[in-house]
Amino acid sequence: MTTPPRFEAPSLARPEPTGSADVPSTSDPVVAAGTTPSQQFTARSPRRRGGPLQRLKGLWRLWFFALVLVLWWVLSADSTSTFFPPLQNIVQRLWETWVVGEARSDLYSSLRHFAIGYTIAGVLGVAIGALLWKFQRVGHAVSPVLYFVYVIPTAALLPAIVAIMGIGSPMKITIVVLAAVWPTMLNTLDGMRGIDPIKLDTAKVLHMSPLTTVRSVVLPGAMPQIMAGLRHSLSIAVIMMVVSELIASTEGIGFFILEAQQRFAITTMWTGIIVLALVGSALTFLFIAVERVVLGWYIGARAVEQKG
Amino acid sequence: MSHAVPTPAGTPAQPGTGEGPVLSVSALRKAYNVGKPSERLAISDVSFDVAKGEFVCVVGPSGAGKTTLLRCLSGLLHPTTGEVRFEGTPLQAVPDRLSVVFQDYSRSLFPWLTVSKNVAVPLKVAGVAKEQREARISEVLHAVGLGDVGKSYPWQLSGGMQQRVAIARALAHQPDMLLMDEPFASVDAQTRFDLEDLILQVRAQFGITVVLVTHDIDEAVYLADRVVVLSSPPSVVEEIVTVPLARPRDQLVTRSSETFGQLRRHLMELVTAHH
Repeated sequence: MTTPPRFEAPSLARPEPTGSADVPSTSDPVVAAGTTPSQQFTARSPRRRGGPLQRLKGLWRLWFFALVLVLWWVLSADSTSTFFPPLQNIVQRLWETWVVGEARSDLYSSLRHFAIGYTIAGVLGVAIGALLWKFQRVGHAVSPVLYFVYVIPTAALLPAIVAIMGIGSPMKITIVVLAAVWPTMLNTLDGMRGIDPIKLDTAKVLHMSPLTTVRSVVLPGAMPQIMAGLRHSLSIAVIMMVVSELIASTEGIGFFILEAQQRFAITTMWTGIIVLALVGSALTFLFIAVERVVLGWYIGARAVEQKG
Repeated sequence: MSHAVPTPAGTPAQPGTGEGPVLSVSALRKAYNVGKPSERLAISDVSFDVAKGEFVCVVGPSGAGKTTLLRCLSGLLHPTTGEVRFEGTPLQAVPDRLSVVFQDYSRSLFPWLTVSKNVAVPLKVAGVAKEQREARISEVLHAVGLGDVGKSYPWQLSGGMQQRVAIARALAHQPDMLLMDEPFASVDAQTRFDLEDLILQVRAQFGITVVLVTHDIDEAVYLADRVVVLSSPPSVVEEIVTVPLARPRDQLVTRSSETFGQLRRHLMELVTAHH
């Protein structure tokens, strides 16, 4: 089985548990598009929400990206290399295959597995993290086991999972969940442990029930770190979505790329990779949009803090 | 008061029954790490009563277990031995008719909630209906001198204003007593004077009992009816000093009066005696 070098799953699927509350994860392979999340935060904080001029400035930041595209287009125009066809050909094939053609079903299949797997991973991650926080003794007993399992690259578990679950959707979703649950879970636990004790005292003084305290104080208090974890989980889920399609699969973007490569349809192969990049970018931007709403208070408070 | 907050089940309907003290502390002792080599006695033996409507300040040298005492009074911390009674009932948890204001507003306010929603928290917990809630929120925000900042977030306000929000939140569900832990220690001097006057005015307006812990002797004399002086740890009550200054008090007039100076000197001697 050949694995495209682009997706070295084992190394990427092992995130560091993010330690501090005020640093949203910046190590996203998908996000590394030129700006760090914190830069985006301050630029779009509620205090400085800009008009059209600000938007223009935002677009301007993409100049290098545009330059790369233009260079690629021009330099590859007369290419006769089998492996690096002209960008024009790739774009044309992309339109024929993914927009007009039938490869869309591969895209939908991938996205379905991703969506189900990522949702389960996110919910499970927050829930388990919260339980480990709430029941500290259990947490201390379970932690070594968790860390032991956590260091196993999920890719190494693939043969086992395939053996147990066979091939098909449940296997793919399981792989996504198993790999993506960790950053969210560990960040949730970390974030909840880091809640200011005065906030918990305040909850008691305000006579909040334990459940209300979790919902109204602990969860929002840990939210900056939970979101950092979810963001990390997002990129891992995308990676594992593809990896799961590279073995024993008959559908999905990963399968599409591998299959094109095996029948030496290099241009087609490139279209799959580009679609994957587009999907990853779209998901990241969607996440940032959600994050800006959920963490609006945090972004604003941090901007004030940095000023004063 | 026009807006009745429903009395939570289980508490007596008549607060501060008869002439009994609102808060009664008897032989309170608090040790940390009991039974371990690191055992440390913070409070040795503290007893005092607080009558209904009274303003009592607790002062003491730094490290005198003032915050520990306040946490015991609020029910957040259980004394090792001794007893704290609030309105006649021994404390188990934080009583419903008691509110606490912490020193650090930036840590006690919820930055993810707007000012209004911060103030609404105790009302929601008490199950107050939405309309009553909004009326009450605007009432207490006005009482602490904050007009239309309800939609702002706490971190958009100055330190003094944030502490006003914390006070408004503490007042929202109409407590009988307010416990304050160095509430004005994190603001500048001018704001501090303003907040001191604010708390006196709020107390007169709502008729609540206040116990305020501070390390600032001038502040204690200016605010209190009586000042409880703690010794250095393990703390005992050094003396309970009655403050006969007339009310309403005025930052300039009161502080420059002869009685103020005498009390201040006396308390200063008590607090620094053991150093």
